[in-house]
Parts: sequence; C-alpha cells; structure tokens
Amino acid sequence: MARISLSGLRHSYLPNPSGPEDYALKSIDLDWEDGGAYALLGPSGCGKSTLLNIISGLLVPSEGRILFDGQDVTGLPPDQRNIAQVFQFPVIYDTMTVRDNLAFPLRNRGVDEARIAARVAEIAEMLDVVEMLDVRAAHLSPDNKQKISMGRGLVRDDVNVVMFDEPLTVIDPHLKWKLRSKLKELHQRVRATMIYVTHDQTEALTFADQVVVMQDGEVVQIGTPVELFERPQHTFVGHFIGSPGMNILPAAEDAGRIVFEGQTVALEGAVIGSGGVTQIGVRPEFVTLAEAGVPARVRKVSDVGRHAVVETMVGDTAVKAVVDHADVEQGAEVYLAFRQDQTRLYRDGWIATLARGAENTTQAHGAEDSVQARGSDSASEAAS
Amino acid sequence: MKTENQRAWFFVLPVLLLVAFNALVPIMTVVNYSVQETFGNNVFFWQGLDWFEQILRSDRFHAALGRQFLFTFLILIIEVPLGIIIALSMPRKGVWVPVCLVLMALPMLIPWNVVGAMWNIFALPKIGMLGYFMNDVLGVNYDMTQDPLAAWITIIVMDVWHWTSLVVLLAYAGLVSIPDAYYQAAKIDGASPWKVFRYIQLPKMKTVLTIAILLRFMDSFNIYTEPFVLTGGGPGNSTTLLSIDLVKIALGQFDLGPAAAMSLIYFAITLLVSWLFYTLMTKDDAK
Repeated sequence: MARISLSGLRHSYLPNPSGPEDYALKSIDLDWEDGGAYALLGPSGCGKSTLLNIISGLLVPSEGRILFDGQDVTGLPPDQRNIAQVFQFPVIYDTMTVRDNLAFPLRNRGVDEARIAARVAEIAEMLDVVEMLDVRAAHLSPDNKQKISMGRGLVRDDVNVVMFDEPLTVIDPHLKWKLRSKLKELHQRVRATMIYVTHDQTEALTFADQVVVMQDGEVVQIGTPVELFERPQHTFVGHFIGSPGMNILPAAEDAGRIVFEGQTVALEGAVIGSGGVTQIGVRPEFVTLAEAGVPARVRKVSDVGRHAVVETMVGDTAVKAVVDHADVEQGAEVYLAFRQDQTRLYRDGWIATLARGAENTTQAHGAEDSVQARGSDSASEAAS
Repeated sequence: MKTENQRAWFFVLPVLLLVAFNALVPIMTVVNYSVQETFGNNVFFWQGLDWFEQILRSDRFHAALGRQFLFTFLILIIEVPLGIIIALSMPRKGVWVPVCLVLMALPMLIPWNVVGAMWNIFALPKIGMLGYFMNDVLGVNYDMTQDPLAAWITIIVMDVWHWTSLVVLLAYAGLVSIPDAYYQAAKIDGASPWKVFRYIQLPKMKTVLTIAILLRFMDSFNIYTEPFVLTGGGPGNSTTLLSIDLVKIALGQFDLGPAAAMSLIYFAITLLVSWLFYTLMTKDDAK
C-alpha cells in the first residue's frame, strides 16, 4: 500500500509537442491517499486512460514525476512498481486453469508454493470462484473472466494500487451491479488503494469515496460524489454529472445584479471576479414550477418513474426541471423558481460565487471543506 | 400448414453434378483400374486386391514412403518454428508492415515448376551462383546431381524458401489479433518473454498454426513438381518421393493397375494423418 503523488505530470503522444493542444495530459498534480477508493471520471478521450497507464508504468510521461510513498518511480517498469491493473476486456491466460491464472503473478515473482496456495484460496473465496478453481479459464463467462482478472491483481498482498480501466464495459447489465458491489466489498476487505476509470457517472459515484473529474487532459474537480453533485466547480462537471445535467444558462452582469432573460436571479452568495463569459448554473432538481419567477413555456414532459422531467423554454434557452408530479401539459405557460442556495454563477466555465456563509468567515474554508478546497485550488490553477 | 415437397433437391443438383465430375468420377476410375489388369485395347481382367497387396509388400514403395515421411517431417520441423520466429520479429504496426507482408508473399506467388527451375540453375555446380559459391569459393564439395545428401539439402532448402511464408503469414495473422491489454497485463504480472510466448502468443496462434501445419503437411506430402524439376528424383532414387515414384509407375512403366492401387493407398495415408492431427489439435477446445 502506498500514497501516490503525481507532480507536474504532462504527457504527449507526439515526439515534439508545441502547444497545449498537443498534450493528452496537461499539468496534473494529484495525491491519492493510501487505501482510498478513487474514480477517474471523464468522457472518452479526456486522458484518463493515459493517466492510468502512466501510474501503472505502461507509459512514461513526457514531463513530471510519479511518487509512491515519496519514492520516485517514474522510470520503473510496471512489474517493479507493484501495481495491478484490470483492463476493459478481461485478460486471462486461456490455457491455464483458474487456479493457475490466480497464481501466475506470484509464481513469476518466485513466491513459495505453500504461500501461493494460501493466497489463491483466500482470493478465490473473496471472489466467489472457489468451485471454478480447476476449470480451464477459457471456458468461463465474461463476468467470471473479469473476476479472475481482478483476482490476479488482488492476489499480491504487497500491491501498491489496483487500477481498473473501465472494467465493466463487456459485462451484461444485470451482472454489472453485482460485480460493482463485489468491488466495493473487496475494497473494504483489502483496503488497497483503488483507482477506477470510467466514463459512466453511476459507476464512478457508487464505487468511489473521491471522484476525480477530467476533461481535455485536465483535472476539473476532485470531490465526494455529493460535492460533485451539489457544488460543481466547473460547468463541465455540472453538465457531465447528474441526469439530466445542470442547467447552464447565459447570464449578464448588470451593476451587481445577475440577469437571465430579463429577470434578476438571486445567487447563493457574493460574486467574485469580473469580465468573461458568465453563466448561471442550477440543477434541474432545484428548479421548481412556481406562481411567480422566470416565465417559461413547457416544451416536453417526460415521466421517468420516480419523478418527471419538465423541459421548458425561456426565450431561446432550454431549462429543465425535475418535479415529483408533472401536472402541466405541453405548451403551458409556467413560472420557474430557482432555489437560491443552489444557484451559482460561472465565469468562463469556472465557479464565481462564494458558498453561502463563506463570506462571513475570514478563513476561506473549514476542515470539512478541505477536499473541496483542494479541488477548487487545482481548478483555479488549471484555469490560469 | 406445413408443406413438404422434394423440390429443394433441384437446387442441390448442380453442385452434385459438379462434385461428381470433379471428384467422384475420377476417383471411381482409379478404383476401377486398381482392381483390374489391362494389356491395352480396352481389355480388362479382374485382379481383385492383388495390386494393393503387391504395393504394400513392395520394398520400393516402402522406401519411397519412408523418404516422403522424412521429407515432410524435415520441412515441418524447420518451417513451423522458423515461420513463428519470423512472424514474432515482424513489426505489428507502421509503414514496414505492408513491405514485410509483400516480401513474405513473393515466394508463394512463383509457379512451382519455375521454383524448381530457378533452384536447379541456382544450385548447379559451375553454372549456378550457389553451386559456384559452395565449390569454388568455400571449397565444399557440393553437387546435387551426384551427391544424395546435397540433393536432399537442396530440395529441403528450396521448400523452406518457397513455403515458410505461408506459416509466417498465418502466424502473423494470429499474433496481430492479440489485444495490447494482454501484453500489458503480462508486464504487470511480471511474466518473462518466454511465458508471454508460452501462455499468450502460442495459445492465440494455435488455431492458425493448426491450419498452417495441416496445409504444409498435405502440400509437402503430395509434392511433385519442384523436386521433379530440380533433381528428377535423383541421384539414383535418393529424392524419389511418393508422387514422383507414382508417376514413374503410371506413365513411365505404364503399370496402370499398381499405380491406381498406389494412389489410393497414398490418398488414404494423407487423409488419415490429416484427420488424426486435426482431431488431436482440436480435442481440447471441445471440452
């Protein structure tokens, strides 16, 4: 187990990168605490797999260093880093039995057979694959194959970090949640640092204690699932997380007031900075149909089970609202109310309002906010 | 209501006719010859299984069969490992891939009798480049027209030159189908290059290699043109492989009966070995 630090990491797949657009990863500074469950979330092509391969040693970064417990491992090959990685498609050794598959990483390292047998038995029991130990691995179903791939990662007890690269892609939907909860359970049992890469927010939010959201080779926000949902640091996070995503509305600054389609909108707190493109961000969950407020016309109502999504048009801007009961019809004229403490201003994509109560305290953030503050620090660094 | 009629057979008929004229009629003609004796004029005498007995007891047949198995065995143990090694060392991506593939395919595109003629000229002492180099530059006594060992070496090298590419291309096809994740996982698991070959590359190449070995077995076991053009079966009978011997009996001595019996035995051996090999290789997959 180890604490993993990435400092000043940049990577380009081109031999002579010139501008920032040539970099798949642009300046990453991150700390992964020992024993944490992390998710690396972002759309395809945002650099998350690149970052993963750099941590595992399959790629050497163009710039920057990787530290395991303070030790520089940037130049070390994967087998000397003591890491485990589970790939998108299950990797198993077809000709071996499940038992030999699980024992393979230990045998390669010259561990004695008695110890191997004990570890394999332990892992097999953890993964519920005891009864298949003597089956040829080629005959397993995809989800069991993926379990074996995970098992090969977990079988070494000295492993620094276990990394998962979208491991549930090829698994049937009804088995996904089973495997996902298995993973969560495994994390609680072995307490190894785990990094889970995915573009699926549900997977990320259910697995991880801390989610790292990436976009275009940059870390946009680090936070708990609740923080990402409640206070996105960037419009991208607001839009990417949540279903439907955050409403991002064009807004104008007018003598200290924030105006959207001619209506003044009350924000959670004081506005910081000036200039740039300003946008209001409010989640559909905090938009209600009210007696008064922003006038809108209902374009579509979709009932999604527990609640309904009302799509409205305010001028040319679409605003979504999530309501318990949709008692409005298409074409109806309604008023929208935004919950004040959940309505924020974004300047050039980055958050530009202080959290409620923040202006009263001289200290910018309390202890419980440290993670979020770290997220916003790195966010403002990346923005500059 | 389910309607049943036999109309579908009409659609099968063209294929049946084609197969009949292609395979059944020629084979039955051979079967016909193999149990009769003829002295020409289309007069035939019933001979029963005498020809088969005669062939199976003949030393000449045993010797040719032995040479045939030796030849096939030698080219297989050279071409298969060599093909795998070449395939492993070929680039997986980049501009050199098509270059390598075309270079590899070239020998296979040359007509068989041309290959024989090429190597004949190439290897002849005094005239050929190889013959001249061996005798006059290296001072090794190399003459495939006089020395059976030299003749054998020449036909083996010729076949390796002509057909290793087939193994290379098939093995290469198997190799490029392995996803990168396998190699990455092996790196992380700390597997040595040998273990990567043994547990990842070889299993993934197994199917194509089975086909490669099967094709090389059948082709080399039935080989005729190249050694016939190169050595004509000599010196003496030293490179008279089964098919060369068969043609000698059938067309040289015009012993149609024994030749027919011999071709049927020959066919049965090829079929039996291929079947055995294929069954053994695919047995594990069905489990």
